Amino acid sequence: MNNDTEHKSSLPERKISRRALLGGAATAAVVLVQTASGKSFQTGLARAELPLIEDPTKVPGVPPGTLGTRSPFEKPVKAPSDISSRTPLQDLFGTITPSDLHFERNHNGVPAIDPAKYELVIHGMVKKPMVFTLAELKRFPSVSRIAFLECSGNYRGAADGKITPQQICGLTSQSEWTGVKLSTLFREVGIDPKASWFLAEGGDAAVMTRSVPIEKGWEDAIIAYAQNGEAIRPEQGYPVRLFLPGWEGNINVKWLRRLEIADQPFQTRQETSKYTEAIGGGKIRQFSFTIDARSVITYPSFPGKVEKGWIEIRGIAWSGRGKVVRVEVSTDAGKSWFPAALQDPVLDKAHTAFRYLWKWDGQSTEILSRTVDETGYTQPFLKELMAARGGNMGYHFNPVTAWHIQPDGQVLFKAT
Amino acid sequence: MIKPVIVPAMVILLFSVSFISIPGMNYAESRQKADTLNWPASFGLGRAATVKEIALLDTDVRPDGKGLPEGAGVSARGKLVYAEKCSGCHGATGVEGPNDQLVVNKTLTDPKAIARHKTIGNYWPYATTVFDYIKRAMPFNQPGSLTDQEVYDLTAFLLHENGLIKPEQVINAKTLPEVVMPAHDLFVPDDRKDGPEVR
Repeated sequence: MNNDTEHKSSLPERKISRRALLGGAATAAVVLVQTASGKSFQTGLARAELPLIEDPTKVPGVPPGTLGTRSPFEKPVKAPSDISSRTPLQDLFGTITPSDLHFERNHNGVPAIDPAKYELVIHGMVKKPMVFTLAELKRFPSVSRIAFLECSGNYRGAADGKITPQQICGLTSQSEWTGVKLSTLFREVGIDPKASWFLAEGGDAAVMTRSVPIEKGWEDAIIAYAQNGEAIRPEQGYPVRLFLPGWEGNINVKWLRRLEIADQPFQTRQETSKYTEAIGGGKIRQFSFTIDARSVITYPSFPGKVEKGWIEIRGIAWSGRGKVVRVEVSTDAGKSWFPAALQDPVLDKAHTAFRYLWKWDGQSTEILSRTVDETGYTQPFLKELMAARGGNMGYHFNPVTAWHIQPDGQVLFKAT
Repeated sequence: MIKPVIVPAMVILLFSVSFISIPGMNYAESRQKADTLNWPASFGLGRAATVKEIALLDTDVRPDGKGLPEGAGVSARGKLVYAEKCSGCHGATGVEGPNDQLVVNKTLTDPKAIARHKTIGNYWPYATTVFDYIKRAMPFNQPGSLTDQEVYDLTAFLLHENGLIKPEQVINAKTLPEVVMPAHDLFVPDDRKDGPEVR
């Protein structure tokens, strides 16, 4: 007796209590089973118990459910540390990050916020200090935008080369964000023309605060309540976050509870002693909001191995200053560069997928990518970037990264 | 009986609106502007915030001292609060860790270690931020649990440990903004701009 006939014949006898069915809802699939007499009834089958059926065309499949599932064969996971968790860039395709794989950076954990009690307070240099509920925010004219979000501390290397794209720069992700334009709310409360900054404050245990120039609020800031078609995930700021296209992650304050309009920056801890970088000459750069242009090859990459023959080199490129206009790929350790194909649509301040077809001859070499954005900025090599910053590394570090292809097909990271 | 009449009328109206172009604008411009052209002065959503509810949330402190509460702190009292509530994460004297170092470690000799070292005494440009941040986010395991008195005392203690104030100096809304921070003049606003230059 083979597996699938055993499976079929055993199911009708399986007796499942209502409690077991409900209690196991998170892991169980409800299966419609037909008896010999043709009568349908429901039974429960735990997903873990789903046998690998030799011929899925000979056994009824799982009926429609209330939530989609990821194939049990696919196990992409974020890589968490105490303070952040990284997107598995090497496991993804296209440019939208699945919401549950979006990177995280929290300053004291993810809070649980009741959307029914949620309020956004806007006060300070305004005509009418106001409070908005979540339901009210959703009633305002809405806007959606696909854009990347990247932590400014998104670079790591490894001397032994054994490091994945997720570890190198997995603190970048992309979503379609939906919400109300901040300019709409500014209009509603009446901003004092003398206002030049606003404070954004989160309702998390860090009561996260950043000062934002008022122009960004008028230009393209979104008070976002949705991500990829559904409510924002708790890890991304549920129920409401600030979204500032192209700007460093931490200023996109999550769990947003308050905006205070002012005529100066507040000099919070995060914008003084934290998210600032040494640039040489003893100077420290502050209010460095914009993410500079960056690209990374996500395939091939460590820990993958390649075989001789045709390889489609794939990756993503992005810039906080506008659109990516070009990605160049080198397969000879930077001696020559060729344009990669960019996947349409190329969006403003968004991850852009690139690809370059290459025939590997089995010899040791290095493959690299570098991007140019619409302002004419070319992604620098690590040495170039360090030289420009007085030998320092730190936040806003966006160097070209190389993959060293070994003769045995092993792919190792290499700093440039 | 009324419904079938109204629905087609609305459909016609929607279609006609979407095809109207605004004089003097190209299609893309008019498509964007059309978004806000018919907006009312106010959508009538939300309610007025009360002074009381704003005061509950608005604890931020600016470099000029605006936002600092009544009260005053001294280092000697702060030392006791620090030992009880802070030393577990920041070390007995603020240099040992395991979490962020708060006090300049004068024993460091390695230039790289000195460069990485971001303490109140060498990397915080404003003394007011110390008060704001302790009150808002510390202690890490019991954020927001300290009284203003404890925050003032801790601020005085940490400034003194960093050699920035005398032991007897009273820290209050007037004196805190006046504390001279060694890192103040190191900070420069973003010097990067659009274009080819790598900075």
